[in-house]
Amino acid sequence: MGLFYTYLGAVDLGLIWGFLALGVYITFRLLDIADLTVDGSFATGGAICAVCVLHGVHPLLAIVAAIISGFIAGAITGILHTKCKIPAILAGILTQIGLYSINLRIMSGRANLPLTTANTLFTDLSLSLQINKYYIALIISLIFVIIFIGLLYWFFGTEIGSSIRATGNNEQMARALGINTDTMKLLGLMISNGLVGLSGGLYALYGQATDVRVGTGAIVIALASIVIGEVIFSGKKGGFCLRLVSIVIGSIIYRVIVAVVLQLGLNTDDLKLLTAIIVAIALTIPIMISKRKQVSLYKKLTGKELD
Amino acid sequence: MLKLEHVSKTFNAGTVNEKKVLDDINLELNEGDFVTIIGGNGAGKSTLLNLISGLHPLDCGTIILDQENISLQPEYQRAKKIGRLFQDPMLGTAGDMQIIENLALAKRRGQHRGLAWGVDKKEKEEYYQLVKTLGLGLEDRLTSKVGLLSGGQRQALTLLMATLQKPKLLLLDEHTAALDPATSSKVLTLTKDIIAKQNLTALMVTHNMKDAIEVGNRLIMMYNGHIIYDVKGQEKQQLTVEDLLHKFEEASGEEFTNDRMLLG
Repeated sequence: MGLFYTYLGAVDLGLIWGFLALGVYITFRLLDIADLTVDGSFATGGAICAVCVLHGVHPLLAIVAAIISGFIAGAITGILHTKCKIPAILAGILTQIGLYSINLRIMSGRANLPLTTANTLFTDLSLSLQINKYYIALIISLIFVIIFIGLLYWFFGTEIGSSIRATGNNEQMARALGINTDTMKLLGLMISNGLVGLSGGLYALYGQATDVRVGTGAIVIALASIVIGEVIFSGKKGGFCLRLVSIVIGSIIYRVIVAVVLQLGLNTDDLKLLTAIIVAIALTIPIMISKRKQVSLYKKLTGKELD
Repeated sequence: MLKLEHVSKTFNAGTVNEKKVLDDINLELNEGDFVTIIGGNGAGKSTLLNLISGLHPLDCGTIILDQENISLQPEYQRAKKIGRLFQDPMLGTAGDMQIIENLALAKRRGQHRGLAWGVDKKEKEEYYQLVKTLGLGLEDRLTSKVGLLSGGQRQALTLLMATLQKPKLLLLDEHTAALDPATSSKVLTLTKDIIAKQNLTALMVTHNMKDAIEVGNRLIMMYNGHIIYDVKGQEKQQLTVEDLLHKFEEASGEEFTNDRMLLG
């Protein structure tokens, strides 16, 4: 039974960190920007959410606050990038580093905050409904995932959403069609980091604690989720809704892989290295597959004399 | 309609690579003028269009379009009044988006973009009919990604997009140069048709002298950042390629050696 809960917990984590992956997908794939703000804004979401619930704010409101903190973090990167013309990667790093100090301020100078005494939604519901915490987390995160995938699907189908996609796809065309591309990038970065903040907030509630370093390497975990989703759902084809779902599933698979290797006795210190390797492999597989296909097609078309 | 006064542009000012691309250009277009622009490489043709569209900022001078001074307006704001086609067929469309999404984006040029659906249900039938007029069979592939189309198809689509919302001014920057001869002439015919039908004011940069003479009601020749020849109406219609070459030699004092222009 213990093993079962380990994997159920992995699914919970996958769903919760799935918002992070969805956020990074918006910048990385839709806007074609590598936004490194997320390592900071994930921790900010956690810090804000933790401090809120410790002050007796309802966890749902605390999550709203976490989302807003993400919006603000994204806006700072967006302004640095679009108004100050700082390259996107550097703008993200600047915000991320700045956020580290801000996160410590939010947490009153403490590197970590336990939330065992506060209402964290998951534990309270688990107690009042007499259902195991892992199931409660599964249900709540699933509801959140469905709501937010629905919202994203709707938003990116609207005129503004289409304009954001057009900006990421062909900026010159977007401007020629009267789209303010700077505003679209700003908006995209805000929405992206809002989702990241949400992810950080939920993670703090779920883990009943937060740490100022919780976001370290978040970008890599998000990329791992995105590329695992892409590999499994055969690349970038398919509708937008399927893409969003595939990212969350990618995030779950990533967590299950981590649970398996930890079960097999991997040291938790080696986890970041493992993540980096997973991303590198997942990014390489599609290239290898297409190259193999090309070679085998060539052999087939040019005949058997090559054999 | 369009009025340029004392417009100049220098690239890399203050460095060894300093180049005065446009030198005190004055140009006035009337409503419905279809002007072709010719000139050698580096004459300033594309830069002229890029200054009007706002891709590059002006050094000095004023640009007035439709009674509005647009000299300092950002590119996306000028786009409300300006439709554009680029030499690179990839630049005018979003390859990862559907044909219909591209059209819907273009339909909203100069209009408020809000939280309404990016592609309206009513629009679908309109676009079907419109794309059908291209005669490329694209009307049955409206939900295909534009990246799957050929350069010629993309350029024809861009033409449709640029004129979907009637522009005050249409800028064509060698928009047929990257296409094969057959496709190129097809896109040019389409261009002429649409401009005539909507009675558009247009500027077309071309390297093809024959096209420059046959198309439009006015012709401008540029050399070294200046307009060296400006001809319209009856006089333009009687021009020959030889005349143009002669004019060029006369005005510039050198022989026309650009093969691309001679081949046209």
